[in-house]
Amino acid sequence: MEFLLTLLGATLRIATPILYGALGEMIVERAGILNLGIEGTMLLSAFGGFVAAQLSGSIYLGLLIAVAIGVLLSLLMGFLSITLGLNQHVSGLGITLFASGLALFLFRIIYGGESIPPALEESFPQLRIFGGTSLEPVFSQYVFTYAAFLLVPLLAWLLYRTSFGLRLRSVGENPEAADTAGISVFRTRYVALLMGGALMGLGGAFLSLAQLGAFTHGIINGRGWVAIAIVIFGNWRPWRVLAGALLFGGLQALQLRLQAEGVQLPYEIFLMLPYVMTIVAIAITGRNASYPAALLKPYRREG
Amino acid sequence: MMTLGLKFERLPSPVWVRAAIPFVAIAITFALVSVLVILAGANPFAVAYELLIDPLTKNSARGDILVMATPLLLTGAAVALAFAGGYYNIGAEGQLLAGAAAAAWVGQFVGDLSPWLAIPVMITGGFIAGALWALIPALLKVRLQVDEVVTTLLMNSIMGYIISALLNGPWRDPVSGWPQSPTIALSAQFPQIIPRTRVHFGFIVAAVVVIALWWILTRTRFGLELRAIGKNRDGAQFLGIRVERTMLAVALISGGIAGLAGVSEVAGIHYYLIGSLSPGYGYTGIIVATLGALAAPGVVMAALFLALVSRGALTASRELDIPIYLADVIQAVLLLVMLAVLLLTRYRIRRA
Repeated sequence: MEFLLTLLGATLRIATPILYGALGEMIVERAGILNLGIEGTMLLSAFGGFVAAQLSGSIYLGLLIAVAIGVLLSLLMGFLSITLGLNQHVSGLGITLFASGLALFLFRIIYGGESIPPALEESFPQLRIFGGTSLEPVFSQYVFTYAAFLLVPLLAWLLYRTSFGLRLRSVGENPEAADTAGISVFRTRYVALLMGGALMGLGGAFLSLAQLGAFTHGIINGRGWVAIAIVIFGNWRPWRVLAGALLFGGLQALQLRLQAEGVQLPYEIFLMLPYVMTIVAIAITGRNASYPAALLKPYRREG
Repeated sequence: MMTLGLKFERLPSPVWVRAAIPFVAIAITFALVSVLVILAGANPFAVAYELLIDPLTKNSARGDILVMATPLLLTGAAVALAFAGGYYNIGAEGQLLAGAAAAAWVGQFVGDLSPWLAIPVMITGGFIAGALWALIPALLKVRLQVDEVVTTLLMNSIMGYIISALLNGPWRDPVSGWPQSPTIALSAQFPQIIPRTRVHFGFIVAAVVVIALWWILTRTRFGLELRAIGKNRDGAQFLGIRVERTMLAVALISGGIAGLAGVSEVAGIHYYLIGSLSPGYGYTGIIVATLGALAAPGVVMAALFLALVSRGALTASRELDIPIYLADVIQAVLLLVMLAVLLLTRYRIRRA
């Protein structure tokens, strides 16, 4: 029992950054934009948040900077893909390559070639809710984790119960019709991108300001790509995205635990499973998949 | 009221404008990046000299440029072919690794063959492996209309883990314990082709592929059809082009060419497979193809230019203490600036 509870606690922790990334990407894709900038955005946010926190001594300033970086990179993505109407995947990959290169470049300038990565003196603490009870291993989490789980119903409400959500979904499904109905496709897509970027920034900040309290080159290590897979796996729906993130977290937690117990296994199989499952899921749903219909299509008014 | 929308009017741009675009984009890129150079405490002009001029003055550095351009020519050609056909293959990185794994595997067993046989066998194996790794997203695309952008991207991560599992499992070096495959047979190792440089046979492979790309795109019916599909898929279908068959062929050939990049890195540089074989050549290939306007001559110029900058960054990091990652930043900024400049010169902008 204790084994399971500890495993569940680890699952929630591992799922957290993926969940932020995936929820952010989900909002953006729902508005009709595939943001392949996510991997680089999470990296530069993790980096910027760490540097700000380290130099100022305030983890809250770090958090703010991480979110601001997510928003700024999304603004750039919007300028390229919405305003200029460039290819979304090339723009997004360009942003990932740019942000990753920039993070590593600046890290080298600020910290030189130090072999021991610098760490924060103070990082976000864990909040123990059921301290002293048997549930403690499950509910000893960072505030980011609790907030991520609250975000799921919040985003579900936003998408399906508000007029903003309706507008957002309509520009992702049928921008021509939305435009005709008086919805500003450009503005709605920008808002979705910026919201998504803020969430991606939070995902990066969780890693550098809470879980690790440090920055390393491999801190994101493909989590952005996992998030993209989970958005598809979750059918662009908040609760299913949550399920996907938990499944991923569970597999990872199990793998780490088994390794710690000295079980010999190719851990790569666990790591590749979310990708494989997503591709299998795509193959099964195939043309019935509920892709936002306007995904990858820049919007231009006729005439 | 301010709107975020801009309106674009298509204007034909004069030839001299089009010829000037790359230089304008490079100039803007260097101006933007000079902010970072100043942050690093160096003189932007000195760094620009190290990046753009200095490598051209030394024989060994000129050779290094060709060595570094080799994988970029191949992944650039792979991506250019696919993109020209409207098939957005983001999976060159995974296909490259598939080709590299095949080369590392085949290369272990061809020791008894002469190089004249061993090398073609290994090259063929790498091409087939890259094509096979491209097959699943390609089939999903033509059979089920599943968009290829995300599936090809995810296949990269899967291949990365397969390589890692191979190197940590069956291929782990039994003597040193390092995660690297056994060294390939001597007869499978690419020979050096220019004395006193590291330029190897892979450069010839890349040159042949780029010439083939030029020939396919401009001189064959297949190339005409794939470009027609890239421009207007429905129109191509209407004209009687077998869209699905052509697209499947484009996807597989593109994957195969990317696989050759992996063969070339294994057989020409390392002689074994390691996890850090590719610092993202598959993704850089997307930059090369885009900068090169999806055509062979452009791919050649873009690959050589990016290789020049990468080689220059090596010296700049040694001489001026500029982090080597400057090259990555420049490549990405150049891509984004070039796209924007291309668009802005082709259109006149107005507020919508």
